[in-house]
Amino acid sequence: MGFFHKKEEANLEHHEPVITAYGDQMNDGMVQMSFTLPTTCGLESKEAAKLFVEKMGFEKVMVTHMEAISDNFTFFVVYGKTNQHIDIREIKVVRPEHPVFSFDEINEVIEKKIGRKLVVVGACIGSDAHTVGIDAIFNMKGFRHDWGFERYPWLSAYNLRAQVAVEDLVQKVVALNADAVLISRVVTQRDEHIIELKKFLDLLKNTSGVSPHLIKICGGPRISFEDAISWGYDAGFGPGTKPSEVASFIVHEFLKRAGKN
Amino acid sequence: MAKLNLDRDKVDVCRELASALVHPVQKYIDLHSTVSIERSVLRLMGLTGALKDENGNYPLANLIVDKMDRRQLSLGIATWIGAAKLKYDAPLEVLATRIIQGKINLADLPEPPPEAIRKVLLSPVSEAIKRIDFNRKERERLRSRSPFPRGPMKYVIVATGNIHEDVKQAIAAAQNGADVIAVIRSTAQSLLDYVPHGATTEGYGGTYATQENFKIMRSALNDLSQKMNRYIRLCNYSSGLCMPEIAVMGAQESLDFLLNDAMYGILFRDINMKRTFVDQFFSRVVTARAGIVIQTGEDNYLTTADAFNNHHQVLASHFINEQFAKNAGMREEQIGLGHAFEMDPAIEDSFLFEVAMAELVRDIFSRHPIKYMPPTLHKEGDIFFSHVLDALFNLAGCMTNQAIQLLGMPTEAIHNPFLMDRFSSIKSANYIFKAASSLGEEIQFNANGKLARRARTVLDQTHEYLLKIKDMGLMESIERGFFAEMPRPKDGGRGLDGVFQKARRYYNPFLEKLGSSR
Ligand code: B12
Repeated sequence: MGFFHKKEEANLEHHEPVITAYGDQMNDGMVQMSFTLPTTCGLESKEAAKLFVEKMGFEKVMVTHMEAISDNFTFFVVYGKTNQHIDIREIKVVRPEHPVFSFDEINEVIEKKIGRKLVVVGACIGSDAHTVGIDAIFNMKGFRHDWGFERYPWLSAYNLRAQVAVEDLVQKVVALNADAVLISRVVTQRDEHIIELKKFLDLLKNTSGVSPHLIKICGGPRISFEDAISWGYDAGFGPGTKPSEVASFIVHEFLKRAGKN
Repeated sequence: MAKLNLDRDKVDVCRELASALVHPVQKYIDLHSTVSIERSVLRLMGLTGALKDENGNYPLANLIVDKMDRRQLSLGIATWIGAAKLKYDAPLEVLATRIIQGKINLADLPEPPPEAIRKVLLSPVSEAIKRIDFNRKERERLRSRSPFPRGPMKYVIVATGNIHEDVKQAIAAAQNGADVIAVIRSTAQSLLDYVPHGATTEGYGGTYATQENFKIMRSALNDLSQKMNRYIRLCNYSSGLCMPEIAVMGAQESLDFLLNDAMYGILFRDINMKRTFVDQFFSRVVTARAGIVIQTGEDNYLTTADAFNNHHQVLASHFINEQFAKNAGMREEQIGLGHAFEMDPAIEDSFLFEVAMAELVRDIFSRHPIKYMPPTLHKEGDIFFSHVLDALFNLAGCMTNQAIQLLGMPTEAIHNPFLMDRFSSIKSANYIFKAASSLGEEIQFNANGKLARRARTVLDQTHEYLLKIKDMGLMESIERGFFAEMPRPKDGGRGLDGVFQKARRYYNPFLEKLGSSR
């Protein structure tokens, strides 16, 4: 479905810049929440849930549902009213600056401005066995009606798929003299993805023969552009990413580095 | 009761095709064994301990099999244990310690005559089988005292990484109405060529399958079953490089269900296909005897191959998996074929097509405890919408009388289930299964309607697919990505170095005693 993956800038023309949660009246601050407390189900627990939510700063707290999950866990649904407001004008989002081109435009730019195929290598690294994300970017058929890299006549695309050791990926990057490397991580339990993604960069640094212009990209459902930059990648792509968005970034970044923008 | 008025001849032809295309692979299986099968033989005979060193615990069974060269191993580990027993007349544990310490060198022992080996191993082997048989009967007894769940069994996953935390979550789930608890394994355990040892509290995305963990959960569930007067079934995963060993552990610790698939490891963990085929056979020989119900993993195909266009892949694989299982002596009542509600919810009439598939599988495999898997791929961060998807899935499962319903989680796209996620999910299933309890019995399908036509089309496509696979060869068709769109080369992937050809005098007492007279 994915209609919630809007990446555009928020449009400020239609509303006040200072906002709070909305239930049915502007500025009513209504928030719904649910959680579990490790306690038996009883009136004290209900009061505990209410206090807990009040301590978080909510007012007019209503515990609308309390139910025993087991002998010593209780589930709550709670409504509360917040007084917190956010000025949306003060928000700064780190996002890719590049314009997104279409499939044809991207191929044309590579042909005209670069004059050779760009080599891109992708893999899902470590013990992570999820291929669907990296395949969505690479496979011919692409993702949500957007062709994958293997279909681009001006990309040489190598998809190593999943469970690829970072050592093997670095080797492949060197062997193919890649212009861009694209790494996927889907399993994120205990921040395993961050550890693996950083391990790759460290290894890359200590390997000779890696092009200094190599563009390093990561992606996955729990990865944001901002995080990726902070780990030392050139870009990061999250849920709902389409191949053309990534290809546009690669071309844009390549040209920028070559001073051809 | 069959509802789709299918062409029964076509179903029979599909079964014959599956049998024919499995045949050459089965021949390969019969000529080979693997390191994990040999380790399982030791485990069956009670060698379940481990040795601790700076890297942690490493199983005794591995230490012994690692010491053998392939020529020796080709006679079967039992041959050499028999030889050691004949010479030293000591229990297996003692022999094992001495072998590992290097005090006994198996390579120096002469190969005894076959009758002598059989005789000296007679008692440990029959003890091993007795233990499994005892567990099976005990489970049958407990189950018979408990009411059989009406409607699909409610099956939920626990996966905290910590077995003690898992127990808490399992108890809560059972109290809420779950019938089956599956402890899912830590990420990448499938790629370990040994089984971790002891109670574990550190897992990633799941909890390690260890014999001690099995024991802890089984005992907690048995206590609970007694208190609630309702038997709670336990499930784990016999897959990956230690598929046969985990089957043995499941038999020894009295699990009810095991995930066990003839091709899943190949397709989704890149385990070598020859290794997997040989391993699945022995693991199924064990589960057949242990009375364990296996569950296959065809549902996963629909995460990498589009569900709307590929129901025939699932069904074709069902016929194949069934055949492999039957070759290992499994009864239809033990073969829980898996399928899933994975169609893109944006498709018009997706629910109707899902029901068509669910009914089709039910009609064709009427005696099998079909395992129905929830939507996963098309779930995203909107937990409310996911909950609705699961509600329709539960309705489909209930109205088509699936045997085992793996309950979907509203937070599927986010994390392993939290306590409250599972709670909401069970609550919703309790309601739907009750509200639609007799609905299935009342429904008849329009003989030429959209649903019946869809089911027929899938069967037709399955038939054509099986024909192609048979012409090409099963291994070759996997190489070409026929299943799940995951092409895997015959000699690629992990674990091929653990496969070896059996010598003519190869001896595996359990294969001999438990193997079917195919
Ligand atoms: C399909 C699936 C599987 C399949 C994978 C099949 C395959 N070959 O890929 C199977 C069944 C094998 C599987 C196994 C497991 N899974 Co799984 N799986 C999923 C599921 C249902 C869908 C993932 C998916 O394919 N999404 C669709 C794709 C298109 O989306 P995507 O990956 O986000 O990719 C998009 C973007 O993120 C981005 N992107 C992704 N990568 C990259 C890379 C680059 C360079 C770029 C630019 C962009 C990009 O672009 C893509 C297109 O938009 C999710 C739940 C869910 N609904 O998300 C769980 C899920 C990811 N799995 C999970 C787990 C825990 C596992 C297991 C560890 C379970 C276990 N204990 O055995 C095992 C993994 C074992 C291992 N070694 O990795 C957890 C992860 C929890 C976490 N946060 O860590 C999830 C969230 C389920 C859950 N709630 O527990 N899984």
